[in-house]
Amino acid sequence: MTFGEKIYIPAIMKGLSITLGHIFKKKATVSYPEQKRPFSPVFRGLHVLNRDEEGRERCTACGLCALACPAEAITMEAAERKPGEENLYREEKYAAKYEINMLRCIFCGFCEEACPKDAIYLSETVMPANYTRKYFIYKKEDLLIPHPKKQESAQ
Amino acid sequence: MSDQKFKVTIDNITVEVAPGTTIVQAARLIGGDVVPPTMCYYSKLEGSGGKCRTCLVEVSKGSEKDPRPMPKLVASCRTTVMDGMEVKSITSDKVLDARKGVTEFLLLNHPLDCPVCDQAGECDLQNLSYEHGAASTRYDFKRRTFEKEDIGPYIQLHMTRCILCYRCVYTANQLTDKREHGVLDRGDHSAISTCIGKALDNEFIGNVIDVCPVGALTDKTFRFKNRVWFTKPVDAHRDCPTCSGRVRLWMRGDEVFRVTARKDEYGEVESLENGKTAWICNTCRFEKKETKDWVIEGPTKVNRHSVISQGHYVNAVNGQPKLINDVIGKDPKLLLDIHKISDVNRPEIDLSQIEGPAHSDDFLPNQSTGTMKQIGKLGE
Repeated sequence: MTFGEKIYIPAIMKGLSITLGHIFKKKATVSYPEQKRPFSPVFRGLHVLNRDEEGRERCTACGLCALACPAEAITMEAAERKPGEENLYREEKYAAKYEINMLRCIFCGFCEEACPKDAIYLSETVMPANYTRKYFIYKKEDLLIPHPKKQESAQ
Repeated sequence: MSDQKFKVTIDNITVEVAPGTTIVQAARLIGGDVVPPTMCYYSKLEGSGGKCRTCLVEVSKGSEKDPRPMPKLVASCRTTVMDGMEVKSITSDKVLDARKGVTEFLLLNHPLDCPVCDQAGECDLQNLSYEHGAASTRYDFKRRTFEKEDIGPYIQLHMTRCILCYRCVYTANQLTDKREHGVLDRGDHSAISTCIGKALDNEFIGNVIDVCPVGALTDKTFRFKNRVWFTKPVDAHRDCPTCSGRVRLWMRGDEVFRVTARKDEYGEVESLENGKTAWICNTCRFEKKETKDWVIEGPTKVNRHSVISQGHYVNAVNGQPKLINDVIGKDPKLLLDIHKISDVNRPEIDLSQIEGPAHSDDFLPNQSTGTMKQIGKLGE
């Protein structure tokens, strides 16, 4: 080592100048709850089940999302629409039960791609965390978007 | 004369067949891609074929004696082979173009309701349009629609989906003593129906469901219960006084969701050892929906590329694998029993035992274990 290296002062000064320089640079983080980063347009978050303009459920329980799902997270049971239920379901067959196991889901978006009825979408919401495993079994009622007409009348 | 064999070349593959064999039968002896698709022809039904035109092939050499090519594409299900005949199936652009055209014609009035239709996944028209059809339709007019009809207590007729192949009519003619349904009206109006809404009542009439190439005739006891690719096909038999009793069960867990006849690679009901076709009776098909009614032979061999084989695991171990216990020296701790939370496959709702399709009153809200938000609150 030379004398200049032995006294360490130049090296320390160099290091401190780098640290000080960062004070004036743009911050890499945001103050999260107040400030949120914009999502990428292709972000795949929590699933929603869509309704049509009249508020009828679009899902017809065709099972293609469950078939496409590589994690086998989606399960469903279908039922036939009865006369008088036309305002609830779009097609003559509908999903009576629809469940996504979010512990299994890998948010690949294959279900969205497979859906022939534009019923399932991955929204721009991050999956909320919870202390219990039970919480992560999402039922149809949890996934359905609010009824457009009922929501209007409530406001 | 009886020993005489005709040499026929299909797509440069030569095969020797007996005189009187049709081109499609000769092609099936070769197998593979050269077999023309068929929608109306059914080798087990006498007189079927010649209606849908999907099996069109080009005959580039008529026979050894008369080597002129046939002027137009011919229906291979109705044209018998000649000695030295040369046939082009997939090697002819004309044939492929014709198949595309025929598929477009068949789909003109066919509804796009595959997500709802119970036949989806084992539908001949779906396969045909997947392989030979165009991606979109050019048809701008209103499609022909009919009201759906119940013919008999077990069979649902969706006339809208029908392609008028006449297979069910031949089945009823040849399997039952008295045919009760047929084709009414003509041209665009023609419809399969029973005269004045009469119910089909015959012990073998359920076979019309198996022969239907589309979802026009479907099993009402299986209606909307499950998708075919989520059920597992299992070969089984029972001692049946009326039929051979050799069937295919479509199971999910221990529940028998559907019973059909065993079908071969062309979607036709298999032949028995004595040369007869293994049609099954209505009792086997509609009324024996429990595992204890059947002697199970084993899982059906399904083509790896078929949607039916999706998600079926070969050599899956029943029960708990012992390996984990050996490694950690104790039973693994179960952190979540999905059946306590899941609303699907509730033991109190036995879908396979419900007579027709399930309705909203079969799924009562008090049988639900609650939504995620309710459960989440309980957990907090």
